[in-house]
Amino acid sequence: MAILVFTENWEGKFKKLSYELASYAARIAEMMNLPAMALTIGNPDPDELEKLGHYGLKKILVAHGKNLGTLDNQVYASIIGDIALQVSASVLILSNNGTGKALAPRLAVRLKAGLASGVNGLPISTEPFVLRKRAYSGNAFAHVAIHTPVKILTLSQNSFELIDKQSKAEIETFQVTPDSNLMKTKVTDVQKQTGKLLLTDAEIVVSGGRGMKSPDNWGPLIELADLLGAALACSRPVSDEGWRSHEEHTGQTGKVIAPNLYFAVGISGATQHLAGVSSSKYIVAVNTDKDAPVFEAAQYGIVGDALKVLPKLVEAVREMKSK
Amino acid sequence: MKILVCMSQVPDTTTKVRFTPDGKSFDATGVQWVINPWDELSLTRALELKDDASTGVTQVTVAHVGPVGNEPTIRKALAIGADDAIRVNTESNDAFVVSSQLAEAIRQNPYDIILCGIESCDFNGSSVGGMVAEMLGYPSVSAVSSLKIENGQAILSREIDGGKEILTVPTPFVAIVQKGITKEPRIAAMRGIMVARTKPLKVMEPIATEPLTSLLQFEKPQPRAACKLIDAENPQQLIELLQNEAKVI
Ligand SMILES: Cc1cc2nc3c(=O)[nH]c(=O)nc-3n(C[C@H](O)[C@H](O)[C@H](O)COP(=O)(O)OP(=O)(O)OC[C@H]3O[C@@H](n4cnc5c(N)ncnc54)[C@H](O)[C@@H]3O)c2cc1C
Ligand SMILES: Nc1ncnc2c1ncn2[C@@H]1O[C@H](COP(=O)(O)O)[C@@H](O)[C@H]1O
Repeated sequence: MAILVFTENWEGKFKKLSYELASYAARIAEMMNLPAMALTIGNPDPDELEKLGHYGLKKILVAHGKNLGTLDNQVYASIIGDIALQVSASVLILSNNGTGKALAPRLAVRLKAGLASGVNGLPISTEPFVLRKRAYSGNAFAHVAIHTPVKILTLSQNSFELIDKQSKAEIETFQVTPDSNLMKTKVTDVQKQTGKLLLTDAEIVVSGGRGMKSPDNWGPLIELADLLGAALACSRPVSDEGWRSHEEHTGQTGKVIAPNLYFAVGISGATQHLAGVSSSKYIVAVNTDKDAPVFEAAQYGIVGDALKVLPKLVEAVREMKSK
Repeated sequence: MKILVCMSQVPDTTTKVRFTPDGKSFDATGVQWVINPWDELSLTRALELKDDASTGVTQVTVAHVGPVGNEPTIRKALAIGADDAIRVNTESNDAFVVSSQLAEAIRQNPYDIILCGIESCDFNGSSVGGMVAEMLGYPSVSAVSSLKIENGQAILSREIDGGKEILTVPTPFVAIVQKGITKEPRIAAMRGIMVARTKPLKVMEPIATEPLTSLLQFEKPQPRAACKLIDAENPQQLIELLQNEAKVI
């Protein structure tokens, strides 16, 4: 028996969320007195594998094969499901990101396993197996008990600390030949920006709302983001108006993020907006209206005109950086 | 070509979420129930495809697993423009049970394209679309932000980190839909509301399945500490706090 965690790699590399997943799996493995193993599909760099191993994994399984470059949900679920059976995984962990959400439900059916998605933190108990998960779009948490012998969960990003144990994992590489009948999706084009900090990966996010008044006013917001190494985000009306790209829209119908720091500038703080950002560790609000609901979610606030406050903030960050 | 839109019913997204004093169930007093926003968008897209004769879409059905009390929400979907509806007469918050019912309904009466939302706004399961697909052995594409049909071929785009992929998939398939699939949800016109009353709503009895999970308890997030206000003339004070108190920059 084992705790198995699926750690996706991005062109051979892992991300902070991979280390989070590994740390989390290792911790559950300790709780249940089982070994923690990771599975990745593709050709990860050897030093990346070694680094992933530091987070308490006993073993990392690497599945190579032809035509595995793009995510086909059926093929990926069959590979992960087979491995889960081979290692008799009692808990299977995935990220609550796009890939995890695509695969976990299919795996739940394959393995006849109960699924809890968007889990925050360690199980409340392992016997029975009870988890705390996101519910009501961030307005609540639910405790879910999984009754099946195999349990599947997807872990919310940024909800578990990294625990670097400087440990060393055994690496086992093997070939897989997916059933060609399963490979039904065909990717015909990829449109991707490279080199840009992804909103979902960013530790700091600077976000603007309708209070920014016009897309022409984004200059100081971009400057602030650049200085802080932050990603940019926006409220839904801002992307609906075409002021900013849809990629940046956060909230219930946009991206759900959990950075360490979220700047909400000229954003009123509607529940649908907060649904996407309320898991941020710290929220800073800048708004002319002292009664704007965003101040209830924020730890730090400035009541004032964003267009006047932002240049001063940029100046202050610049000064801090120069020290 | 026939499209099935799977629809869940959720509290209006502006609802102040409250639970019963024991924390075991959602307090539904005074709550307005609506079509899950993603499903409203899926339905709108399905109807847009049907409006365009070149797509060959001839029928849009909505399916809902839920008790008779949810029929007003199903009628709303019919009023928006769905041709007919299926309701499986059972209630469960276990995704495996819900998916088993939908899969069975689809087995009895197959569709070419099945649309599910990326999550229900209440329980945030992100489960049903993928489960239904696996139960039926259909391919699934998730995070779908565009769906077109050209020369009988479905062309989808899917959001990936930092961009999107364009892909094709043979029918039947399940598309798990997110933002972008259409601009604005369609709303019911007066005429739609009138004809919705007479559109077919088929009620099916559930098949027997055991839930794999159960919901024990709800809790509200810890209230955050009161917001510290910083003078608008002195934003450097904010930077100091972020650096030395919160330690996040
Ligand atoms: C089903 C559904 C889903 C939704 N999903 C989302 C979602 O995912 N994400 C999302 O963001 N919204 C979503 N919405 C919309 C949401 O309800 C709000 O309408 C939206 O978040 C408001 O955006 P805003 O805060 O930018 O604009 P507004 O509500 O117009 O707020 C602008 C704010 O800026 C302040 N302001 C004005 N001038 C200045 C100034 N000079 N300096 C500083 N502050 C100023 C104002 O006081 C105000 O608080 C959804 C709505 C529905 C019905
Ligand atoms: N009771 C239900 N009846 C029909 N479809 C549902 C039901 N619950 C969920 N779905 C579908 O599955 C999607 C995702 O829901 P969930 O897995 O509950 O987050 C929803 O957007 C619907 O398309």
